[in-house]
Amino acid sequence: MEKLIQEFSLGLFFWQAVLFIGLLLLLRRFAWKPILNAVNEREEGIRNALASAEDAKKEMQNLQADNEKLIKEARAEREAMLKDAREIKAKMIEDAKGEAKAEADKMIAQAQSAIEAERKSAIADLKNQVASLSVEIAEKVVKSELSDKDKQLGLVEEMLGQATLN
Amino acid sequence: MQRKTLIRLLSALVVLVCFASCGDKPTTTREERKEEVKEYVQHHLLDSHDFSLFSKTDDKGEVHHYGFPLPVILWDGGLKVFSSSKFHHGETVAEVDGNYYKLEHAKIYKTDAAGTMNYDDHHHATNDKPIDISITKGVFMMLITCVLMFFLFSGLAKSYAKNGGIAKGAGRFFEPIILYVRDDIARPNIGEKDYKRFMPYLLTVFFFIWFLNIFGLTPLGVNVTGNIAVTTALAVIVFFITTFSGKKDYWKHIFDPLGDGMPWYGKIFIYIILVPIEVLGMFIKPFALLIRLYANMTAGHVVLGSLIGLIYIFQTWLGGTLSFGLAFAISLIEVLVALLQAYIFTMLAALYFGFAVEEHDHEHDHETEVAH
Repeated sequence: MEKLIQEFSLGLFFWQAVLFIGLLLLLRRFAWKPILNAVNEREEGIRNALASAEDAKKEMQNLQADNEKLIKEARAEREAMLKDAREIKAKMIEDAKGEAKAEADKMIAQAQSAIEAERKSAIADLKNQVASLSVEIAEKVVKSELSDKDKQLGLVEEMLGQATLN
Repeated sequence: MQRKTLIRLLSALVVLVCFASCGDKPTTTREERKEEVKEYVQHHLLDSHDFSLFSKTDDKGEVHHYGFPLPVILWDGGLKVFSSSKFHHGETVAEVDGNYYKLEHAKIYKTDAAGTMNYDDHHHATNDKPIDISITKGVFMMLITCVLMFFLFSGLAKSYAKNGGIAKGAGRFFEPIILYVRDDIARPNIGEKDYKRFMPYLLTVFFFIWFLNIFGLTPLGVNVTGNIAVTTALAVIVFFITTFSGKKDYWKHIFDPLGDGMPWYGKIFIYIILVPIEVLGMFIKPFALLIRLYANMTAGHVVLGSLIGLIYIFQTWLGGTLSFGLAFAISLIEVLVALLQAYIFTMLAALYFGFAVEEHDHEHDHETEVAH
């Protein structure tokens, strides 16, 4: 301890204190502050860059999600449209078929009624002709029958025989 | 490949030392050489008033010093400035303005024209000592370190501005160390809130000690951080910063460590012992810093100096080679110690600053109060 005190040099102490404080002030002004500021700025920059990269990534993901959603929507819409179209087509065909059938039925019905009417008039005509023909035939037959007296009697006889009294 | 080159270089050195150590016929006895080495190492540990690179004794027994003188600045009833060459390495008395000064064991004493020295019983000189603020070898090295640090770090600061926020040149090596001091020394010990205020001091003291430690290992052999005056100055600064940045909790911890947990009449008896201990602690902390740095650096220099000295004591190929190997190994360890001591000093300074600015969680105090 005594040796230490002996060794202690006031001059060195003085210079050390003065130089060190001087160096401290100088370096603080010209070195440490700018260095630490620059480093801080850089770190801040890196942090910001990382954050913005993260943001961009998220945005990208959002965009992608949006895109996918849009695509899905579009696909769904297309599906729906296609389905609609198919339905419409089917319905149209169905409608057309129905209409055509109805038309055809109507036409058939008309034709049938026309045929019926034709047939009826034809039958009526035929009947008339048959009647007049029968009358003529009958007239002729009667004429020829009634021209012979025996025959007339014979007929009456026959008819009477048939007409049993019951 | 590099390892091979290193091994070759080392072997070459070993052989060289081997020849050198047994080349000369020893002209002195081993005891004499031991004394010489001891004196040399002790001399090396002290500061000196001139910058001697080496000295050698010629055939006629005259000692030649190689180096350059440094200015001597004395306050002795007026400022006196003269070159240290006037002392002729302590061999002659320097005469300035009618006063005579003598250099002994790196101290300047006032004396008469004949250089008479008076000693007390413990062989301490009792002559008057003028106030000596000379630019000694240590101060000179400090100045060099200051200039080096200033240009190095202001250059680094400028390179950020020039280079778009990225360090360039030698600063690139130091930037991670600066960040290490910030992130692993200042932040955890002082706290996120206050650490910025102490950064300039911590960085300056870290690099200052480190650089001077490293300079101490160079063949220039300047033992600056192993000088008690230097470490004292550093510790005094730590003490002042700690004391002046002490917050309420810091002082409360010293003068009222028990808080409100005990009535005043109970505290009085404890505080008679406790408060002086706490106050003493304020001084012991920086004192430990100064002794630690001084002792470590001095020890390193003594060990290295002694091992190198062994080469001259043995003067045989085996002893010389062995000493060289040991000195080489110790040098490598000393490089590590140089960094380690700078780290420890900075770390502990940061820790003390942390104590000073710490703010206790007051809610916690209330809890303990309730428990009582």
